[in-house]
Amino acid sequence: MQKGIAGDAPSPPTTRVRHRKRNSDIGAGAGKTNGNHLLVNDSSKYKSFLVRAYSTIWMIGGFALIVYLGHLYITAMVVVIQIFMARELFNLLRKTHEDKQLPGFRLLNWHFFFTAMLFVYGRILSQRLVNTVTPDKVLYRLVTSLIRYHMAICYSLYISGFVWFILTLKKKMYKYQFSQYAWTHMILIVVFTQSSFTVANIFEGIFWFLLPASLIVINDIFAYICGFFFGRTPLIKLSPKKTWEGFIGASITTVISAFLLANIMGRFLWLTCPREDLSTGWLHCDPGPLFKQETHTLPGWISDLLPWKEITILPVQWHALCLGLFASIIAPFGGFFASGFKRAFKIKDFGDSIPGHGGMTDRMDCQMVMAVFAYIYHQSFVVPEVLSVDKLLDQIITSLTLEEQQALFMKLGQMLQEKVIGS
Amino acid sequence: MAMEKDLNPHSPRIRKLRENSHPNTSTSRMCNNNQRDNHYQNILNSPRDYNYAPSSPTARTRHRRRSSENLSEVSRSNVSRVSNLLLGDKNKYKSMWIRTCSSLWMLGGVMFIIYMGHLYIWAMVVAIQIFMARELFFLLRRVHEERRLPGFRLLNWHFFFTAMLFVYGRMLQQQLVNTVSSDRFIYKLVSGLIKYQMVIWYFLYIAGFIWFILTLKKKMYRYQFGQYAWTHMILIVVLAQSSFIVANIFEGIFWFLLPAALIAMNDVAAYFFGFYFGKTPLIKLSPKKTWEGFIGASVATIISAFFFANVLGQFQWLTCPRKDLSTGWLHCDPGPLFRPEYYPLPFWIAPFSPWKEISILPVQWHAFSLGLFASAIAPFGGFFASGFKRAFKIKDFGDSIPGHGGFTDRMDCQNVMAFFAYIYIHSFIVNQYSVEMILDQISRGLGDEEQKMLYVKLGDILQHKLQGRF
Repeated sequence: MQKGIAGDAPSPPTTRVRHRKRNSDIGAGAGKTNGNHLLVNDSSKYKSFLVRAYSTIWMIGGFALIVYLGHLYITAMVVVIQIFMARELFNLLRKTHEDKQLPGFRLLNWHFFFTAMLFVYGRILSQRLVNTVTPDKVLYRLVTSLIRYHMAICYSLYISGFVWFILTLKKKMYKYQFSQYAWTHMILIVVFTQSSFTVANIFEGIFWFLLPASLIVINDIFAYICGFFFGRTPLIKLSPKKTWEGFIGASITTVISAFLLANIMGRFLWLTCPREDLSTGWLHCDPGPLFKQETHTLPGWISDLLPWKEITILPVQWHALCLGLFASIIAPFGGFFASGFKRAFKIKDFGDSIPGHGGMTDRMDCQMVMAVFAYIYHQSFVVPEVLSVDKLLDQIITSLTLEEQQALFMKLGQMLQEKVIGS
Repeated sequence: MAMEKDLNPHSPRIRKLRENSHPNTSTSRMCNNNQRDNHYQNILNSPRDYNYAPSSPTARTRHRRRSSENLSEVSRSNVSRVSNLLLGDKNKYKSMWIRTCSSLWMLGGVMFIIYMGHLYIWAMVVAIQIFMARELFFLLRRVHEERRLPGFRLLNWHFFFTAMLFVYGRMLQQQLVNTVSSDRFIYKLVSGLIKYQMVIWYFLYIAGFIWFILTLKKKMYRYQFGQYAWTHMILIVVLAQSSFIVANIFEGIFWFLLPAALIAMNDVAAYFFGFYFGKTPLIKLSPKKTWEGFIGASVATIISAFFFANVLGQFQWLTCPRKDLSTGWLHCDPGPLFRPEYYPLPFWIAPFSPWKEISILPVQWHAFSLGLFASAIAPFGGFFASGFKRAFKIKDFGDSIPGHGGFTDRMDCQNVMAFFAYIYIHSFIVNQYSVEMILDQISRGLGDEEQKMLYVKLGDILQHKLQGRF
């Protein structure tokens, strides 16, 4: 596992690869040349399969435990994963030689990280935070004023980091420092967009976090298994181990399991209720029209084959089909991006935290694309159907002053009266 | 490359190369005259030629420094350091004349557009943004690799268009809805587009992402990824700034004009103070800037912020927010910030001036903070740009404006200021959730029964609160 530094000259690895390919050409017939990279022909595949399976099972087990524990713990897990990813990525293109001449530069990275975290989680969780401290008058006032000046606080932190960066520019290191600055921004954007959308999804209901994440995992696992048994045609030059058979098999499996998983998950209140504050107790709520069971009678020719006369479908299962489709077709491009990136900068893995899988970023690359899509899908197609009176009421109470609330009340009354008169 | 071997700075070949690289700008002619005295000009003179090995400029500098030390004592190097500053510069009057000319033209153009209105200012901002993006896209592109990747430039513009749609869609959705509310069919179309704008934008972005991955070519991965990251950084920098400017404009042209004028004022004042009094260098990054210029400009900027706000705040055209995308005249109640308050002058000033009391608009106190920021922090945007140019060995971002360089050179401080102005306005001046906004949300998002339910519940809560008080 070489974590090659970006400064390596490009010529030796490609000659090495060409040399290896030549050996394989000479050593075997034509049938073996293309298949050398594919999993089907790999002789030590069973051993690597075991290592991967073992760590996968541990990850799934730990994940299930945390889901059981609740929203706050899932958020904490996401934050921890995010810190690990940021650390891996920060370390990647760092050059130790230049770093020695710039003490305190790493601190600047973490300053920007902390600022981004404050900004992102402050925006997403402000409403829930307010709801948590409502009983206590002093904390309530403190929290609401912090939220009002939240943007200004984050901005001052960012500007101080910016000024700090400029004041520490050292004479012959400008180019290195500017690339590190750009690199820091790109990492933070990538890492924080994903985790902020994930956390926003979690507080809408664990269902909207669990379903996309499981679909990605299922897609990965079935692509691996289908490629293991049937893989022949390579899919894309970037990832030589992926095959068309694996891709198509995994797509079909993912879409079907999306439909079924949504049905199973939608029955648990723990997963479908949104969390309005930062507590950890049990949830009771009205899950909304999406999770109410509708029974459809099966068409005649199917009911003859199966023992059931009618099936219950939650409306959310149709949404799950879209999520499954996206997870199988578009999300793998996140993996291709990461592969291309590793190839461009000649690194084998982003890190080595997880045995058999590489680092955190290797596992999360497809999840990132999926989390963003899940959030946008949820905001565009699911939320407008359930924009509730209570949410608006909350917004009105927390963000307007008493006089403004009264003004709103009067104007709303006028508006309603005009409607009654007009209709 | 022959340059690496040719270390003699006075050789005719190198002097000729330098002259050929900047045929038209007067600053380069000035630089060529002062070659012997300027250490920093080495880096500034080389054209956008990052392909040259980095060792040659430093070797040349070392060589030159050695030769200058051999030739003279410490006093000569002192003189050469001072001559970096504008004070000893022979051609400074000529460069000042060119800068003044183009500044006046720019000023005239901006004032004309402000007279025309919000929509035209927006169009101007978009045009400036396109120019800036084009300059920056060109910067780190390598011609050799570019030929092997046809259609890659198109990808940049695809992302640019997508980002523009995202940014302006979000900022102007309210104004757009108000403009088309008269026609029912277009209203439905536009509200539908706005409701699904995130999805539309996301799919455009994903299409660009997939296109990028599918066009990754075998030996060009590193270049392509570098360009991808570079594109994102440019778009963020350029679009964040212009989106904040546009948001400020629609709050009232005052909030766009005052910060921009303060930055321009700071620049001009720093230039003149440095011209006449500049002695102590300010920061290694920009050798032409001096402490005297900095402090003089700060004082001038803060004072003029106070007076500008008074002058600008009296025009309704500048202070009224624009609720839709029309271009007609505006009449509104400008709000408590722009109502003059009268203070009697303290007794020790009263005998000297003919006025008995002065009228101060409350907004002038806010203008103090803006002026303070413009003089103290905004120049760091300029330092950032200087450091960047130095790091990548380019003299200017472009050459659209004579005497000033490209658009990015002019807009670097404006960038930081626009961001600050937006945040300042939304934290301290405007309430984020206004009554109108929530009324809009109610009328758009809730059905009739739900609106009545909200009305009833709100009434209950308000009654509770009023009762709880007594």
